[in-house]
Amino acid sequence: MRKSPIALTVNGRTREAWVWPHQTLLQVLRDVLGATEVKYGCGEGVCSTCTVLMDGESINSCLMFAVQAAGRSVTTVKGLAQGEELHPLQESFLAHDAAQCGFCTPGMLLIAHEFIGRHPQPSREEIREALAGNLCRCTGYTKIIDAVESFAMDRKDPASTPPAGAAPR
Amino acid sequence: MYPAPFEYVKAAAWHDAVDLLKEHGDDARVLAGGQSLVPMMSLRLASPTHVVDVNDIDGGTIRERNGTVEIPALARHAELERSPVLASVCPLLAEAAGLIGNVRVRHRGTLGGSLAHGDPSAELPCALLALEGTVRALGPEGERRIRAGSFFRSYFTTSLAPSEVVVAVEVPAARDRSGAAFVEFANRAGDFAIVGVAAVVHLDDSDGCRGVRLTAGGISDRPVDLSEPAAALLGQPPNEALIADVAGAVSESSDPRGDDRATPEYRRQLVGVLTKRALHRAWRRAAGAEP
Repeated sequence: MRKSPIALTVNGRTREAWVWPHQTLLQVLRDVLGATEVKYGCGEGVCSTCTVLMDGESINSCLMFAVQAAGRSVTTVKGLAQGEELHPLQESFLAHDAAQCGFCTPGMLLIAHEFIGRHPQPSREEIREALAGNLCRCTGYTKIIDAVESFAMDRKDPASTPPAGAAPR
Repeated sequence: MYPAPFEYVKAAAWHDAVDLLKEHGDDARVLAGGQSLVPMMSLRLASPTHVVDVNDIDGGTIRERNGTVEIPALARHAELERSPVLASVCPLLAEAAGLIGNVRVRHRGTLGGSLAHGDPSAELPCALLALEGTVRALGPEGERRIRAGSFFRSYFTTSLAPSEVVVAVEVPAARDRSGAAFVEFANRAGDFAIVGVAAVVHLDDSDGCRGVRLTAGGISDRPVDLSEPAAALLGQPPNEALIADVAGAVSESSDPRGDDRATPEYRRQLVGVLTKRALHRAWRRAAGAEP
């Protein structure tokens, strides 16, 4: 067993790391690359707070080994905002007080963003189902669903939502 | 909740994966989508010394040739769900794939991985059995074809030999005037299904039932073929009353297991309800009455 070097893109920046084969992408993002906005909840694919986008598609970063991410492009929740300017979905979370302790928020934001990108006119029921895999232990689901629903309804033009991952901003 | 250390080896082709499995025996595991293996490793239910990553193998694309649909083992659930080929010639697999876990799991999990894992409540094994599909497995002696009916042996146990890997799956293309449906019940969206049912209904020119396939997952140590009790539909034009009768008979004939999530009685009830829904939808689709 030995470490090997990998290079990957995180929120548009190329990063390099030496990783053990058994280190998950989540461990390396947090402990080696300092991307602590990606949260460690359960480590077994149940809670989804470690959600990131891999080449634009959501994955649980605890269920992928870091060596497998070599050459790939990772977007964390920080990739949603443009510098200091929050993404409209983040603004909607703020406006609805959708974060209590905030631990599930990174995963909630990334999944809601991906979901609305694919389903621009969702029903409230569809939003609930899309977020069902993301656990909030404050059980503040109602406000989270309100925030996502309001964001979806406020968007006049579906094309105006910037894609995450494909072109990190 | 972290995996134990292991040697990581990348296979460039399926025969490399077979060689590596042969070399390291029971201590090696194939890493495809990792949506079952990695949680098991994190929980230390599995601690392989060698992990053989097959994700870089080029397995080809989903295609139909002469009435047979060929699907590479590494097709991800999301790919099955969105494939235009499957939408037209094998909608049952697409519908079943769309019910698996949540979107993150579907982005990574693979068809071959789900079949080889052999979870008795999983969607794809149940759908493959309904479709009378074939698993193509590569081993040290070459490739062999295993029919779905003899592939699933017991809980998390298949007829794959220790150094065999699933390389592709073949299913017959859906025939004209046939319809299929996969329905399941889970306590929470995205959770493991307590019972799942797959149905295929084939109609003749006078709207009589010419063929029916029915399978259920989550009721035994492997997906179960319930086509025999469902054969009461044959030769008759399906209607709601007839389907309700057949579903009752199917439920009666089923012998579900109980566990900490559901009693045998509850599962038997679910088999009846879900069979009714699945046959109804498959029939309506065969008749062109619903998409």
